[in-house]
Amino acid sequence: MPEVNAETVATSPEAVASHLAASRYLADDSLATAIFLAIRLGKPLLLEGAPGVGKTEAAKAVAELLGRDLVRLQCYEGIDAAHALYEWNYQRQLLAIRHAGEHEIDIYDDRFLIARPLLQVLRAPEQRVLLVDEIDRSDHEFEALLLEFLSDFQISIPERGTIRAAAQPIVILTSNRTRELAEALRRRCVYHWIGYPDAEREAAIIMLRAGDVAEGTARAVAAAVQTIRARPLAKPPGIAEAVEWANAATILERGGSPWPEAFRRAIGVLIKDEEDLSYIAPELGRIVEEALA
Amino acid sequence: MPRAATPFLGFGRLLRRYGFAIAPEQVSGFMRAVTLLGPRSMADIREAALATLAPPPDRRDEFEAHFQSHFYGNASAVVEGDADEETRVKDDGGADDERIEAEHSQEGGELSSALEQLSSRDFQRDEDRLTAFQRRLPSALPARRSFRTVRTPSRGKLDLRRSLREIVSADGDVPSPLLRRRQTVPRKLLLLIDVSGSMKLHTADYLKLAHAAVQGADRAEIFTFGTRLTRITTALRIRDRDQALARAAAQVDDWDGGTRMGPTLLAFLSVPRFSAFARGAAVIILSDALERGDHAELETAIRRLSARAFRLSLATPLAGDPRFRPATAALRAILPDLDDLIDGSSLTSLTDFILSLARPAPEASTIWKRVS
Repeated sequence: MPEVNAETVATSPEAVASHLAASRYLADDSLATAIFLAIRLGKPLLLEGAPGVGKTEAAKAVAELLGRDLVRLQCYEGIDAAHALYEWNYQRQLLAIRHAGEHEIDIYDDRFLIARPLLQVLRAPEQRVLLVDEIDRSDHEFEALLLEFLSDFQISIPERGTIRAAAQPIVILTSNRTRELAEALRRRCVYHWIGYPDAEREAAIIMLRAGDVAEGTARAVAAAVQTIRARPLAKPPGIAEAVEWANAATILERGGSPWPEAFRRAIGVLIKDEEDLSYIAPELGRIVEEALA
Repeated sequence: MPRAATPFLGFGRLLRRYGFAIAPEQVSGFMRAVTLLGPRSMADIREAALATLAPPPDRRDEFEAHFQSHFYGNASAVVEGDADEETRVKDDGGADDERIEAEHSQEGGELSSALEQLSSRDFQRDEDRLTAFQRRLPSALPARRSFRTVRTPSRGKLDLRRSLREIVSADGDVPSPLLRRRQTVPRKLLLLIDVSGSMKLHTADYLKLAHAAVQGADRAEIFTFGTRLTRITTALRIRDRDQALARAAAQVDDWDGGTRMGPTLLAFLSVPRFSAFARGAAVIILSDALERGDHAELETAIRRLSARAFRLSLATPLAGDPRFRPATAALRAILPDLDDLIDGSSLTSLTDFILSLARPAPEASTIWKRVS
């Protein structure tokens, strides 16, 4: 997909929403507004929400919408500068020192530098979309390190000096809210809380995402999933699971299972927790039948 | 300052007054966002406010109400509290000290009398025990290996980054290589304290213990539950015990009431931030587990908690009696999911137990099934 100027795409929230729809991502007004504002204000976008509501997908859709490469940094407990910014290739440096013998050698040369996602984004000649995924999994120290990057779009390598972004990246952070993020981080970002979509929107998403699913099936799945999510489950199903359920049930139905039965047999792709499964099993037949009605 | 900007600045000020942490740059971001959006309608202003002022999701309703009252002049929109039927989660975390202060000053005489009771039950021996407990806690908690590494003189992996620095600074000479190994960190400690009527005799002791735990452990979280769930960790971070307990006491609304243990524990698990804290933690529930009515929810909650926790213990004051057996239907149902079922009737037994958490012990069901 050709690169496009961010400002020409983001002329209004509606324009953003329609471009996202062309990238097969259905955003509601609030999310489209938040993306529009993040692009136009040049601020990072912080997306929070339950697992499976489409936070990561939103970042991918924004990258596609702008025709930019997506650089993804997956956070985890213990992630530090060497995993996020850069690392020296020590083995090669040692070898080079040995080979050089009496000659002078610059062991902080580019060829020894391993660029991690943040440095990759800064050094790229054209604008990139950076996804910092699940920032809530990282430690507080890493969040603080990121603050510096997010406010100035630059990093300092002691041996090399400061590297500034050639083109300011578009940054999207996601969080499942397993811990409270620092106020300083929230303050620097445009913020949006993604909730589960309503039945109608979810049906539309299923139609868009699933391979070959009839409209009636999509509607039934969306309605059933809404009911199931309202139960006190350990892991409420996300949108991706709903899409998979619609797909799986369609395949089973074509294989000869009649409708309510196909849904019941495919439940394993929707609910992936044994305890939830046994909780919902007695009610499942009724929920599916009501959704199909 | 153009006159048109006044309502937006005022909204920022209003939110700050109600304990939202709003930075000046967020207010200017809000105004820029409003300009960018047109604005074509009030909905645009609302979207801009949500995106730039970033209210925490759990205070979103409050934020909406302030928005309504400020931009629509709808003063009745600001209502505190919610339906009593639901289990409420109160969280003292975040930067809303102001709010806590306000609630504190509004409390009436009922709670003050509860405080007097707290201070009148001080015994010198308990004081010493708690001080010793606090001192020994950090080294006594179970540990896990972290992804972070520390320098070690022997038995570690070669730290090439630092070794290379040494080599370069020594002009190519190879000094002894530097080694690192994965650090061990103490596990988190989570105390869930029952403050219902049946636990009345023990709550004061439990809160003192909780205070010592928060002061001693690296990462400890304390919640109280009765009919509601209240997070009191921030209050207990105050070093002075009396002050900390007073503040914690003022936060809890459901002293000496009934227990809805199942629903409150499920409420705890439904907040990702809280349930994430239970993951890999040593979780201790201080309660007699006398659940009224149906115990299905309690069973579900305990099973989920047990799946998350490193070790799940129930300390019940009833076990102080040698004739105690886990005979109630609720206790029998949750027994297989408990790692420990221990005596919670005295500070001595509790502190000794917490200090022994790192040592392996047989599961509660194997001990109590034999006894009963």
